[in-house]
Amino acid sequence: MSAIPVVPSGHVEEWHLPSRGRIGMYCLIIGESAIFTIFVVAYIFYIGKSLYGPTPQQVLEVPIINSIALLSSSVTIWLAERNLEHKKMKPFAFWWAITIFLGAYFLVGTGLEWHKLIYKDGLTISTNLFGTTFYSLVGLHATHVVVGLSMLLLVLIFTLTGQVREEHAHRIEVLALYWHFVDAIWIVVFTVVYIVGR
Amino acid sequence: MADSTLPIDASLDLTPPREREGRLLETLHSWVITIDHKKLGLMYMMMAIFFLLVGGAEVICIRIQLALPNNHFLSPQVFNRFFTMHGTTMVFLVGIPLVFAFTNYVVPLQIGARDMAFPRLNAFSFWMTFFGGMLLYYSFIGGGGLYGMGNAPDVTWWAYAPLTARAFSPGHATDYWALALIVTGIGTLGGAINTVATVICMRCKGMTLMNMPLLSWLMLVDSGLLLVVITPLTAAQVMLVIDRYLGGHFFDTQAGGSALIWMHFFWIFGHPEVYVLVFPAFAIASEVIPVFSRKAIFGYPAMVAASVGIAFVSLGVWAHHMFTVGMTSAGNAFFVLSTMLVGIPTGIKIFNWLATMWGGKIRFQIPMLFCTAFLFQFLCAGLTGIMLSVAPWNWQLHNSYFVIAHFHYILVGAIVFNTFAGIYYWFPKATGRMMNETLGKWHFWLFFIGFHMTFDIMHYVGFLGMPRWIYTYQADRGWNHLNLFISIGGIVQAIAVLIFAYNLIWSLLRGKIAGNDPWDAWTLEWSTSSPPPDYNFATEPVVYSRRPLWDLKHPEDPDWKYE
Repeated sequence: MSAIPVVPSGHVEEWHLPSRGRIGMYCLIIGESAIFTIFVVAYIFYIGKSLYGPTPQQVLEVPIINSIALLSSSVTIWLAERNLEHKKMKPFAFWWAITIFLGAYFLVGTGLEWHKLIYKDGLTISTNLFGTTFYSLVGLHATHVVVGLSMLLLVLIFTLTGQVREEHAHRIEVLALYWHFVDAIWIVVFTVVYIVGR
Repeated sequence: MADSTLPIDASLDLTPPREREGRLLETLHSWVITIDHKKLGLMYMMMAIFFLLVGGAEVICIRIQLALPNNHFLSPQVFNRFFTMHGTTMVFLVGIPLVFAFTNYVVPLQIGARDMAFPRLNAFSFWMTFFGGMLLYYSFIGGGGLYGMGNAPDVTWWAYAPLTARAFSPGHATDYWALALIVTGIGTLGGAINTVATVICMRCKGMTLMNMPLLSWLMLVDSGLLLVVITPLTAAQVMLVIDRYLGGHFFDTQAGGSALIWMHFFWIFGHPEVYVLVFPAFAIASEVIPVFSRKAIFGYPAMVAASVGIAFVSLGVWAHHMFTVGMTSAGNAFFVLSTMLVGIPTGIKIFNWLATMWGGKIRFQIPMLFCTAFLFQFLCAGLTGIMLSVAPWNWQLHNSYFVIAHFHYILVGAIVFNTFAGIYYWFPKATGRMMNETLGKWHFWLFFIGFHMTFDIMHYVGFLGMPRWIYTYQADRGWNHLNLFISIGGIVQAIAVLIFAYNLIWSLLRGKIAGNDPWDAWTLEWSTSSPPPDYNFATEPVVYSRRPLWDLKHPEDPDWKYE
C-alpha cells in the first residue's frame, strides 16, 4: 500500500466562495422578512374588521413625500458606494450624509403623522384593530429605519474622522444591503397600508 | 485498522501540547470569553444536557403525580407549571441548543475551516440562548416565590390565546414565557445566520456542496429553515406582549380580533420547528450508520434532495395541529395531503439508511446501537404521524395521550437516542478519551426498555381516551395500571440517563485514550488530533471526494474514481 496520496488529474484550480458578509446579511434579511410577513398577514387579515373607532379611510393620508425621500435614499446610498469604490472620499461622505438626511426626514414625517393620528384623530395602538395592526407594522418598520440610521451615522462619524478608506468598500456594501432591504420593506408596507387597506 | 496513521504531512500538528496553566479561574475565564467554535459547541452541549436533566426532573414529578388516580403529589397549579416548563425547556433549552452544539463543534472541522464564519456572533448567540434559559427559570422564584412555584409559565408551551390575555392570566407567568423565548430566539437567529454563512463560504478547497459530509448539509438546511421559522414565533410573541401591555387587540375577540390567529402563527413556527429539532438526529444517523456498517451512505444525492424537500414541505403542514378548530373541509383536506406528503422524503431517508446497512459489516458499538433503535422508533413515529394526519382520526385523538406518545416517539425515540449516539461518537474527538462501553451498554438497554415501557403503552392509554394536561383522573376510568406502568418506565429511563451522566464524568477522568481516529471514519474531523488544536488544521485541507480520509487511507482505491 503506497503511502503517497494520488490526486486525480484535473482537480480543483479555481476555488471561489461567496463573501461571508454578504451571505450573512442575506440571511438576516430573510429572517427579518419572515417577521414582517407575519405582521403584514395580521394587517391584511384584520382589514375592515375593526368593530368601532377610526377607519383607515377616515384618518390616513398617503405619505407621498416621505416615501419619495426614503426611496431616494436608496439611490443616494448607491451613489455613495460607487464613489467609495473609486476612492473619492469627499463625494462618498457627501452622498452618505444625504442618505442619512433623507432617512431622518422619513422618520420625522412618520412622527408627525403619528402625532396627528394620536392627538387629532384619537387613534392609538389600543383604540381598535386598525390601530393595533397599523402601529405595530409601521412601527416595526420605523424601528428598522432607526437601527439602520444609527449604523449609517456611525459610518459617517468614522468617515469624517478619516478612518474609512477604499478597502472598507465591501463592508459598506453589506450595510447598504440592509438599507436597501429597509426600503424594499417600506414599498410592501406602503402598498398594504395606504393602498390596499384604505 | 482502528487508529491508522495518515500520510498527511502538514495537516497534523506534531508539536507536543502546552502544559496547562492549571489555575481554575484562568480556565473558567477562558471558557467564558471564548469565541472558539469547539468550546462554544461544548458549552451548548453542556447547557442541553443540564436542561435535559432539569426537564427530566419535571416530567418525573408529573409521572409520579399521574401514577395513581386522585393523587395529590402536585397541586393542579404546580402541575400546570411543570408540564408547561417541561415542554418549553425541552424544545427551546435542549432541542435548539443541541442543533447548535453539533453544528458548532463538528461542521467547521468537517468542512476544513478554522472556525465558524462569525465567531463573535457565535459567542453572542450562545450567551443569549443561555440567558434566555436563566430568565425562563428565574420565573420559578421571581414573583410569588418557591411556594406555589412562583410565576413559572403555566399556559402550556403553546400559550394559546385567549388564555394568555391579561384578563385570564394575570401575573407574570406568560410574560416570562414570551420574553425568555424572545431572548433565546435572538440567539437562535444569530446561530442560524452563522451556520448558513459558514457552510456556504468557508469550505476548504475541493469540497463542493456535493462533496460535503451529510451532517454539514443537514445543518445547512436546518439553519436555513430556522431563519424563516424562529422569527414568526418572535413576531407572535411581540404581538402577545403588545396585547398584554399596550392594550393591543391582536388576539382579542371582543374587539374583533381572533384567538385563532395565534394558533396559526404559533404553528407556522411550531411545526417546522419540530423538523428543525429532528435534523440533527438525521445528521448523526447519516454519519454513524455508514461508518459502523463499513459502507458509504447509500444514495447521497437522494439524501440531500430529501432533506431539502422535507424542509420545504414542512412549511406547509402547520394546520394539522388545528384539525379540531373548525376549518373548512377544503382546508382540512389540504393539510391532510400536505402532511402525508412529508412522509415521502422522510421515507426515502429511512430506506437509504437501511440500504447502507444492507450488505455492510456492521459493528454494534454504542453509537450504532442507538442509531439502530432510532431507525425502528423513527419509523413507528412516522407511521403514527401519518395516522394522525387523517383528519377524522385526528378528531378522535386530538389532545389525547396518543398525540403525546407520537411526538415523544420522535423527540425521545429519535432525537434523544441519536443525541446519545452522537455524544458517544464524537466524545473521543472532543476529549481524547473513549466512553466506557460497559456503562454505555447499561445506559442503552435500560433507556431502550424504559422508553418502550412508557411510550408504547402511552399510545394505548390515548386510545382509551385519556386527555392531555389533566392533573389527575378518576379511579374507574380504566387507566390506573397503564399510568403506573408508564411512570415506572419513566423511572427506568431516568436511571439510564443518570448512568449516562456518570459515564460522561467517569470517561472524562479515566476513559481509554482515543487517538485521532478511533472509529476508522472517513470525514475530515477525524484527521485532527483528539482534541483538535485551537486552529483545527495546520494547513488547509484539499479534498477530492466525499470521503477524504478513505482516499488517504486507501490510495490504491480512492473514492474519486467512482464518484
